[in-house]
Amino acid sequence: MTTPATGAHAHAGSHGHEPGHHETSFFHKYLWSTDHKMIAMQYLFTGAALALIGGYLAYVFRMQLAFPGHVVPGYGLVTPNRYNSLVTIHGSIMIFWVAMPVLVAAFGNFLIPLMIGCDDMVFPRINRLSYQIFLLSALILLSSFLVKGGAFGGAWTSYPPLSAKGIYNLSPLGSTLWLVAVALEFVAFLLGGLNFIVTTMNGRAPGMRMWDIPVVVWMIVIASVLFMASVGPLIAGAIMLLFDQRLGTGFFDPGRGGDPLLWQHLFWFFGHPEVYVVLLPALGIVAEIITVFARKKLFGYRTILYTTWATGVLSFVVWAHHQFIAGIDPRMANVFTITTLLISVPITEMIFVYIATLYGGSIQFTTPMLWALSFIAEFLIGGVTGIFLGASGADIYFHDTYFVVAHFHYTFFPSAIIGMFAGLTFWYPKMFGRMLNETLGKIHFWGTIIAFNMIFLPLFITGAAGDQRRIYDYALFPEQMRPELQHLRQLSTVGVMILMTFQVFFLVNFFWSLKHGKRAGENPWLSNTLEWTVPSPPPHGNFAELPTVYRGPYEYATPGRKEDYWPQNAPITPLEEGAL
Amino acid sequence: MSTTARSIANLRSVTGIPTARLVTWWVIASEIFIFGGLLASYVMHRLAHPEWGIAASHTNTAAGATNTFVLLTSSLFAVLAHKAADAHDGPKAAKFLRLTALGGLVFLTIKGLEWTHEIREGFVLASGGFWSFYYTVAGLHALHVLAGLIIMLVFAVDVAKNENLPRVQCIGLYWHFVDIIWIFLFPLLYIAK
Amino acid sequence: MSQTAENAAVHSVPETEDHVHHGNYVKIWAILVVLLIISVLGPLTGIRSLVLFAAFGIAVIKAYMVAKNFMHVNVERRWVKYLLITCLAFLAILFAGVAPDIMRHQGLHWDNYAAKQAIQSGSHGDGKHE
Repeated sequence: MTTPATGAHAHAGSHGHEPGHHETSFFHKYLWSTDHKMIAMQYLFTGAALALIGGYLAYVFRMQLAFPGHVVPGYGLVTPNRYNSLVTIHGSIMIFWVAMPVLVAAFGNFLIPLMIGCDDMVFPRINRLSYQIFLLSALILLSSFLVKGGAFGGAWTSYPPLSAKGIYNLSPLGSTLWLVAVALEFVAFLLGGLNFIVTTMNGRAPGMRMWDIPVVVWMIVIASVLFMASVGPLIAGAIMLLFDQRLGTGFFDPGRGGDPLLWQHLFWFFGHPEVYVVLLPALGIVAEIITVFARKKLFGYRTILYTTWATGVLSFVVWAHHQFIAGIDPRMANVFTITTLLISVPITEMIFVYIATLYGGSIQFTTPMLWALSFIAEFLIGGVTGIFLGASGADIYFHDTYFVVAHFHYTFFPSAIIGMFAGLTFWYPKMFGRMLNETLGKIHFWGTIIAFNMIFLPLFITGAAGDQRRIYDYALFPEQMRPELQHLRQLSTVGVMILMTFQVFFLVNFFWSLKHGKRAGENPWLSNTLEWTVPSPPPHGNFAELPTVYRGPYEYATPGRKEDYWPQNAPITPLEEGAL
Repeated sequence: MSTTARSIANLRSVTGIPTARLVTWWVIASEIFIFGGLLASYVMHRLAHPEWGIAASHTNTAAGATNTFVLLTSSLFAVLAHKAADAHDGPKAAKFLRLTALGGLVFLTIKGLEWTHEIREGFVLASGGFWSFYYTVAGLHALHVLAGLIIMLVFAVDVAKNENLPRVQCIGLYWHFVDIIWIFLFPLLYIAK
Repeated sequence: MSQTAENAAVHSVPETEDHVHHGNYVKIWAILVVLLIISVLGPLTGIRSLVLFAAFGIAVIKAYMVAKNFMHVNVERRWVKYLLITCLAFLAILFAGVAPDIMRHQGLHWDNYAAKQAIQSGSHGDGKHE
């Protein structure tokens, strides 16, 4: 039997705060906290608020696409310049200020210390600093709407010379503010990622081997490593772009000895691993949910880990598939086609592993389970359409059409939005101590999923018909004005409005249940992982008595046991030891 | 918050490496990518633009070599600080930390003089491809030297009182990394002409 | 080992007193300075291959010596070394994927006139505004 090592304090109270006895001011508790759970909430609410803004921007530009030239209710007239800003900031917000803060920072911060059995992150003050830098970056981005020239309109990919020269992008101040906001966001996530990696490596409870770490923790840590490695060259590129914008250098100006293609390469060297940074936490959340609601051991835990590492490595050698028609060396295009098609294999394998987990399980169709299952189905569509784009020959036609837009929304939306709702509905009881209303939850789910498909399925069709991206009015392209295409664009816009409307059900459910939901207790879902062994919500310091771990996180339906679940920290009785 | 209010997670060490040193290695890893990206971009352009060698001929090799010597010596002081800290000799470790920081200051001074001279001659950031990279990468490096020496001076306060001694090794690792970057910058910017 | 025994074997270790063996640092420093002198003298000979080796080969040797003797990478946990080597490997991948585009000044359907011109005129220029 293991004993806690000497020197490691067994009681959370001994580091200076007695749980529950501390009188903290509002400022210290909500705004200046170093508690990982509070920081998680800060990231979550900020990310969710920005999601509403990002969704609003999408509403505006889709209204323009459905009814070109008409004044958009709640906005005004969409000029070509404003259209570019709308799509640019929509994309930037959704990736950098919604997907990453919610999936990586919020869930990472909340779950990691709880799931590995410690009291907080290893660097709580750096954690607080990372959120503050993140908040600053969000405010700077939003402020760019208010400056002369408006917000940056050079696409979230910010290719020079458009992004480098104010005479081209017409928003010289906005473009610098955008760049500074993105750079600060990178710094925030570098700091946060360090905390996640080091806490998971060093702060685990006694007895927790590498193979006992829940999949979602692994995924967030690996995502942090991928982010940290891929963002370095882009930070170098961002410095170069900033100097081109402000100081008259010519890093990306061929006339001055530079090359615009360099930016593209540096950007996408980051950009491709970035999509896996968003995907991996969502995959982890889905893994946790399907095991609990299939009451079945996760199929192939180690396979998932090895596959994820392989995916992470491969993600660094596929980046130029975003540049197939940018004028890159065609021989490199061949290489990147092969690697891109290769990377679909490990991801597909994960899908199979998840299906194998479900197979033969005792499925419970709770709201989180519905979200998790829909992730698998919708992401499948996204992944399969990616094959078309990964083949350089086909991509010559599809590049910069709405086919690409539909593809990446069928991958991003499942990861960022479905993953967010899956995680929120699953861990809400732990975070807030109350159960969400299942009826409202299911209405919200179906409305969201149907509306999501209504928005993006038509875009596969219009994209394949030739609709180019980043065009504010197709009247400029007479051959695009076939009536059925405009009907599809309008159908897509109607989908946006339905999607936004159904979020009301979630907001009502969320805030109503905070006060009136059924009390959750410690472990409403009968799950094995350590976060379900503490009160809901967990107190400061998490564990009154720091746990010791005896087994992996997925021991469900173990033969010979009375209950169909087996918490990681439940000691083994002599009887059970003999029975095994 | 005082330094005693550390999380229990901070005190654990499942890998066997103390947390502070572990995070230092990860910071170094991320910095390798930042400098690596910048340097890779420079090398690509430089190999394709042989005429940049003419611009590079205007850099001051003597200053560059002196600065290399200064950083190497300050690295020596940094590792001697580590040795003193391991022997629990806080005041000695602090003395070496301060000497290391002084080396950083000398480095920045020489660089300042160097750049002043070059700017007076008309070679500024926007003077062309070579100079843009020259000022950007050396500037980024100089920022890291500045940050490192400030942190060292802050750490030296506690270390002199025999407190927080493990920090000496960590800031030393960071400093050696900054030194290694310069070891490569020197030939890339000064010698290859 | 049974799973329970494996779990029992893992317990968190408090801050370890893992001191490295401290060698003769001044000696290492002296070697580094000598290498520096060689790398400065080499280019003065003008022989291209010698210049390149003196400049960059010695840089690699110096970096290796600092990493081994000052940073004690060799006695660190093995995975630290693997982490650093992995970082360099990915940088090599970055270079390999980007250099073919940046280092060429013409393709089947495009020409980088500005770069070609700069190279030509640069061979007479003084290094100032290009």
